[in-house]
Amino acid sequence: MRLWMLIIATIVLSFISLFIGAIDIKPSDLLDLGSEETQIFLISRVPRLMAIILAGAGMSIAGLIMQSLSQNKFVSPTTAGTLDAAKLGIMISMLFFTNVTYTQQILFSFSFALIGTLIFMQILDRIKFKDAIFVPLIGIMYGNILSSITTFFGYEADILQNISSWLMGSFTLIIAGRYELLYVSIPALVLAYIYANKFTVAGMGEEFAKNLGLSYKVVLNIGLVLVAIISTSVVLTVGVIPFLGLIVPNIVSLYMGDNLRKTIPHTMFLGIAFLLMCDIIGRIIVHPYEIPVNVTVAVIGSAIFLIMLFRGRAYAK
Amino acid sequence: MIEIKGLTKRFGKKSVVEDVSVKIKQGTITSFIGPNGAGKSTLLSMVSRLLDADTGEVLLDKNNVKKWKSDEFAKRVSILKQSNYTNVRLTVRELISFGRYPYSRGRLTAEDERLVDQALEYMNLQDIQDQFIDELSGGQRQRAFIAMIIAQDTDYVLLDEPLNNLDMKHSVQIMKILRKLVDDLGKTVVIVLHDINFASVYSDRIVALKDGKLVKDGPTKDIINSESLREIYDMHIPVQVQDGCRICVYFNSHA
Repeated sequence: MRLWMLIIATIVLSFISLFIGAIDIKPSDLLDLGSEETQIFLISRVPRLMAIILAGAGMSIAGLIMQSLSQNKFVSPTTAGTLDAAKLGIMISMLFFTNVTYTQQILFSFSFALIGTLIFMQILDRIKFKDAIFVPLIGIMYGNILSSITTFFGYEADILQNISSWLMGSFTLIIAGRYELLYVSIPALVLAYIYANKFTVAGMGEEFAKNLGLSYKVVLNIGLVLVAIISTSVVLTVGVIPFLGLIVPNIVSLYMGDNLRKTIPHTMFLGIAFLLMCDIIGRIIVHPYEIPVNVTVAVIGSAIFLIMLFRGRAYAK
Repeated sequence: MIEIKGLTKRFGKKSVVEDVSVKIKQGTITSFIGPNGAGKSTLLSMVSRLLDADTGEVLLDKNNVKKWKSDEFAKRVSILKQSNYTNVRLTVRELISFGRYPYSRGRLTAEDERLVDQALEYMNLQDIQDQFIDELSGGQRQRAFIAMIIAQDTDYVLLDEPLNNLDMKHSVQIMKILRKLVDDLGKTVVIVLHDINFASVYSDRIVALKDGKLVKDGPTKDIINSESLREIYDMHIPVQVQDGCRICVYFNSHA
């Protein structure tokens, strides 16, 4: 696959995404700047597209960095407890502050995502049996433990409803003013590209990295901070989108390999195109209503994931 | 010159390497030999800074290796360990290019590209330079990693059991290349070997360890004899001379 093909697919899908929805908007309507259609376009459709683009690129790159640093193809923010830890952080911020501000939520969610992922990496460091499937299984169990803590305290404090609204990955509620946090993932993505070579070297293992004079621990920590920033911004605005960080980097790895300098642009655009496609499907099949994007991503993503598991086990080793 | 001075490493209460002092002579192949658990790999890891020693020091050009800046050190000493075999999908050429990382931080100059080409040619890998390393045979992959070390262009090349899982033909090929690195390019090679006969035929000096302690250190001919080998391996090992090479015939030995 060529990069320009992915870019064209992204542009076409973006265009479709802008012009479907409960209210019909034609490109010609936008010529009248005062019209209701233009207002909807600017308040709802454009923010939604931006949110999809940033979340799609962000989650795919976060997955790519995690797979590289953990040296395991099946580790991603959803299979390593990162998103569950971020959710736990949001819940705790709600418990501590009666009138929790957005900034407090961001800080709690970010620190929990970071610490949660660090703990997973520590667990990974300690276990000897590093099977391709075993490692993400531990990650999923670990995530479920975090998630059950969230549910328990959320139930006790009667804020379960609040928390489960974070659970659901959906672009339905994205309007201007409610998604701008996602823009913090742009500098994180730029940094990921600048650090691409270092991540690739670190992905060959600590001893390999040290042989080349790379400060392994520093690179590892920078990678985890980037993952935490991206995951937090996505969870707080869109919610949890499963599988994206898992399948997109793996598909790119299959045809392009693991040299991050080369694969980051592909991973980004494939992630965006895939998420756009899932969102468009969710908006079309029950028109004028919507299926949340996490459902369409989960259905399509799990099918792809299963194919990868059956076909690709040999490759993942 | 690399000078190992009174190096000790303990894991828990057990000392894996105990008070070992060795000088690595420049322009030679030095083999570390000894029974399992003798501490050969641990010693090599400490020399290359992968592990910290508990006591003692390693000097590179009279300076403690710990005091070297990591990229400067990576231009002088390279190490290849078994664990480098990962599932990362890099092409042979990409892998070798990373050997230039200490110099170029990933942005290859024309000079870097030239050295990568040279390493490819040296290891005879041009035909498979665009293949992914996880799709290669064991021998090809080992050659690719050694080509990376060649591109890294260090004075000292440290290898931890590079012949593991290789068949006879590829083992001989790798040892011949290491010999060429020393004889043609003036490198210094330090290698952990299990096969005593490869150590005997290809190395200039042998360092023998046993239970973490230094047992023998000297020119190969002084060490490959039944008397010294009994001290190292606790078994009778007859040595025969074949085409000028000392071959240990231990396969049928009675303790």
